[in-house]
Amino acid sequence: MLVEDVLAGTVRSGTSVLFAAEGELISERAGVINLGTEGCMLTGALAAFAVTNATHSALLGVVAAVGAGALLASVHAFVVITCRANQLASGLAVSFLGLGLTSWLGAHYVSRSIHPLNRADIPALSDIPFVGPVLFQHDVLTYVGLALGPLIWLFLYRTRTGLILRATGENGAVAFAYGHSPTLVRYLAVMVGGALAAVGGAQLVLAYTLNWVENVTVGRGFVAVALVIFAGWEPLKATLGAFVFGGALALQLQLQARGVSISPFLLNMAPYVLTLAILVVASRGRAQRPPEEIRAVFGTTGA
Amino acid sequence: MGATSMSASLGKSSRWLLALACMTACAVAAGCGGSSNSATSSKAKGHETIGFLYVGPHNDYGYNQAAYQGSLAVKKAFPAAKVLEAENVPETAEAERVMEKMIRDGATILFPTSFGHLGPAMNVARRHPNVTFLHMGGLKNGPNLGTYFGTIYDTQYAVGQAAGMATKSDKLGYVVAFPIAQTLLNINAFERGAQSVNPKAKTSVVFTGSWCDPGKQAEATNSLIDQRVDVLEQHQDCTKTVVQTAERRGVLSTGYHADASGLAPKGWLTGSEWNWGPLMVRMVRTVEDGKFKASPYAGLYRVGVPSGVIKLAPYGAAATPAIRKQVTATYDRLKTGWVPFEGPIRDQSGKLRVRAGVTPNRHQLESTDYLVQGVVGKIPGGA
Repeated sequence: MLVEDVLAGTVRSGTSVLFAAEGELISERAGVINLGTEGCMLTGALAAFAVTNATHSALLGVVAAVGAGALLASVHAFVVITCRANQLASGLAVSFLGLGLTSWLGAHYVSRSIHPLNRADIPALSDIPFVGPVLFQHDVLTYVGLALGPLIWLFLYRTRTGLILRATGENGAVAFAYGHSPTLVRYLAVMVGGALAAVGGAQLVLAYTLNWVENVTVGRGFVAVALVIFAGWEPLKATLGAFVFGGALALQLQLQARGVSISPFLLNMAPYVLTLAILVVASRGRAQRPPEEIRAVFGTTGA
Repeated sequence: MGATSMSASLGKSSRWLLALACMTACAVAAGCGGSSNSATSSKAKGHETIGFLYVGPHNDYGYNQAAYQGSLAVKKAFPAAKVLEAENVPETAEAERVMEKMIRDGATILFPTSFGHLGPAMNVARRHPNVTFLHMGGLKNGPNLGTYFGTIYDTQYAVGQAAGMATKSDKLGYVVAFPIAQTLLNINAFERGAQSVNPKAKTSVVFTGSWCDPGKQAEATNSLIDQRVDVLEQHQDCTKTVVQTAERRGVLSTGYHADASGLAPKGWLTGSEWNWGPLMVRMVRTVEDGKFKASPYAGLYRVGVPSGVIKLAPYGAAATPAIRKQVTATYDRLKTGWVPFEGPIRDQSGKLRVRAGVTPNRHQLESTDYLVQGVVGKIPGGA
């Protein structure tokens, strides 16, 4: 019973981080770190909430989030790819741009309500004991999220486009020599990454909190960036990491609901500590090799 | 929105923006703060500048919205006064900065409205003896700083009765921010109210560790509902997520801070509400008349249901005629000044905390550091 509730809670609270982590992974695999992921999540969350509030359509809300997230990410892409500015500085600036903009533009949406994205149980599968409640009694975006890790794995390792993306991340000059524009590939990867982070933000407000408040993501975007690094740039491990984070968040609340005492300060810290610990253990022994172009970012931060 | 309001609504991020974007103007303004004792005490009556600080947004369906409604009443009662407002002011040195800025802009009366604004307000009050500080909910005062609060646990007893009568599983849930005396009192009153009509009713408590983190609120609510809780109560600054999550999962909710019946057309029972306006207007008038130091507002001022500061929210669809009858009767009794904490009261360990026949006074109640029998869940860290 506890295990089932915690796992269901894991999926509920981990999905938004999962989208952001997979988005960041695509961006980094093409050679661009986007610390602006938090800003993209917030932008997506507000865009989704505002459009759903206006149109009563969660689908249009998600579409708006995709556009808004890609747009904000394109600012980062322009600054670091076209202007060749430092990726870490630009990413942070984009994050705080997203936070400031959404706090300002979103002030009037704090008191508004939406028709949320409802639970859509999958027929037959949702009735399976244990597995049903954990995996098949969620909203549509959660199902997309569950499939995202494997899909991105297939894309990266089993498609030609994925190969080009990885090649660009390893060595832009080689990709260029083979006739592919690293600039174009990176622009697209960063924008897809921002769009996915924005869908994470949209899932958070449309299906989970059902509300917009300033800084509603509370650092989930930064957690996502850390997850990608600790997951060794592997999409399946990133999925695992996102759910470990969600699980830690759910576990402490589920334990409290059962009368176990936990300090609220420890409780605030637990998801981060546990996620770090498990990913460090999970990645032990294997060489954690970042894409070459990412290594260059850390190596020459003055660029 | 004035300039103060704008800069403060970006408050949380402004430190970062400062570092990142070098907002020189702001840096200079903050840098030359010092202790500029503004010569504003000679303002004509009714033309004061009054500052309000909120820890969250003014439209949060909760604590801050209730305080903001109070500021509107002040504006209406003193049309010639200038009212400054700052939202999202964190409970840190940032609050001191905002208060200093308001004083430089001429404020002579300040309303820091969050529990954690007290420390910063005490510091600023020492530097500006001519400015009057009226802090909401504080447990300390100073020569020019008084605190006021409503005994909202009174109505929480009546709300607990509604929950106790409505529950089918005998399991009630309470989503709480932090374990402080205010929140513990509300939980205790709620559970005692529930027990008074349903001896089997138990209240499970979950602490989120934040005044407004909708992500945690959602998971806390879901966790409680997973435990077959079928009536949700909360003590959070922003209240929408808990009410709407409960409604979505088909369970009932009671409210706190503000009327949220519109958010739960099916599951809303009733709730406790603030009505700060009349009290805030009275306090401003007292300060204007130069009578603050001799008034009760200079101390730890507490008011209850009889004063009208605390109200019962409208009943919702889930409140049956029997529930309405019982809760209204209790509410009428509260209006006469009755305090729903008559002994005997035992804590969770069974220890007798209030002897039979005794009712603790307001200040004894405000030092509550235990949960009563029937509450499931521990006070974290023994706070």
